[in-house]
This record gives sequence, structure tokens and C-alpha cells, in this order.
Amino acid sequence: MQDRIRISCSRQNLQQVRDFVRDFLLAGKRSEVIVNQVVLAVDEVVANFIIHANEEDSSQFLDLILVLVNHRLEIEIEDHGSNLFLPRGATPTPDLREYIRQGRRGGMGMALVSRIMDRVEFFERNSHTICHLTKELA
Amino acid sequence: MKVTAQPAADTLTLVLDGELDASSAVVLDTELNKPDLLTYRKVLIDCQKLSYISSAGLGVFISHLQRLQDSDVKLVFYNMQEKVFNVFEILGLDSLMNIVPTVEEAQTV
Repeated sequence: MQDRIRISCSRQNLQQVRDFVRDFLLAGKRSEVIVNQVVLAVDEVVANFIIHANEEDSSQFLDLILVLVNHRLEIEIEDHGSNLFLPRGATPTPDLREYIRQGRRGGMGMALVSRIMDRVEFFERNSHTICHLTKELA
Repeated sequence: MKVTAQPAADTLTLVLDGELDASSAVVLDTELNKPDLLTYRKVLIDCQKLSYISSAGLGVFISHLQRLQDSDVKLVFYNMQEKVFNVFEILGLDSLMNIVPTVEEAQTV
């Protein structure tokens, strides 16, 4: 089972991405909690690409491919923008008490992604940033 | 994302309807930034129709929590769907925020 979508780099398109992932996974009658987790992980990565890597330049675009084989979900997000966006090292665990004290609102997205997905990889291919996410679905 | 404010005596209830993400979080942020928010004793967040929250939505609540606490305003969530509560749980925010099942319990916090 495989599906793909292309979106331009506008945060208005996040809803379309979530609906796409939801529809793909709900076809398999999975738990709403698990489906929501995967939707969230994809949403966080896509939002980072749109907002941080492409600075909401709607002339740039992303490709998202979902592949499901024997309960193993492989997700590839390719950023066609010109800026490479490669987070280095392990995602730190956010100190949420400190975040609250500081009134800080960012820095939790990739922590969510790394806790939800079994594997999270960022790499370069043909001068584009690729994010590859993997999860075994029960 | 729609946010409806329902003031009643010393309590303000914000009813959230829809998906709270990096695109819609500004709507909630605007409500929580209103100066009269600090005149209430309690702000209740009705999450029954909140069907999704991302880190951007969580970040809005986190960014206002200390200001509310400093003004002795309690922030209480209720009627939260399991899949939304799960997002708070993943980060451990369920132990740092007041999240209760019902409006009756929210009123007694």
C-alpha cells in the first residue's frame, strides 16, 4: 500500500497533510491514538520544513510518500527547497518545567517525533533534505 | 480552529473547536493574551471538540502558564479526547497541567 502527496510550503497546507496521513492509516481500522501519533509526527516534521527550512516560501514544495508493508510504515518527506535542513545529533529531552518558567513555546516538536516513531533520519539526496520516519504498527 | 469565550463570574471558559496546529495556534494565543484574562480566578479549557493538538498548540499553553500562575489564575483542561490527552502524556505535560475528565471536576480544582 502506497500513496503520495505534494504540497507547497505554506502552513495553511498542514491540514491537507494531516488529512492525507489520517485517511491512509484509518483505511486499516487502527486505533485513533496510534493514527493521531503518526499524524502528529508527520505534521511536526512538515511544519519544520515549511516554517524553518523554507521560511513559508509557497513557491517551494515538499513531497510526502507513505508506504505500508506488513504493518511496517515508512514515511519519506522530501524538501525541494534550496536550504538543507539537517538536525544533528540526538533530540534533547525538553525540560518542561524550565520551558514553563521561561514562557518558551518552541522546541518540543522533534521530541514528540522521536518518541512516537521507531526511527527518525534526516539526510541529503540530490541537494535536497530527506526525512525518513519508520514505525511498526500493531 | 474556533475559540469561544464564555465568561461567568470569576471563571472564563474557552471552548476549543477544531485542530490546533502551527497554522491555527495564533487564534488561541490571541485569546490568552487578552489583559482581562488575569482578572479571572480560573480559566477552563473545554476540549471536547478539540480533535488535534501539535507542539505549536502545546507551546501556546506553556508560554502563558507561568503568567497565569503568577497572577493566581488556575488553568484547567477538561473533556479532553483520549488521542489529545495522549499528546500531553508523550511529553509528560499531563503531570504539569491540571487536566480533569469533567466540567464538574474542573469547577472544583
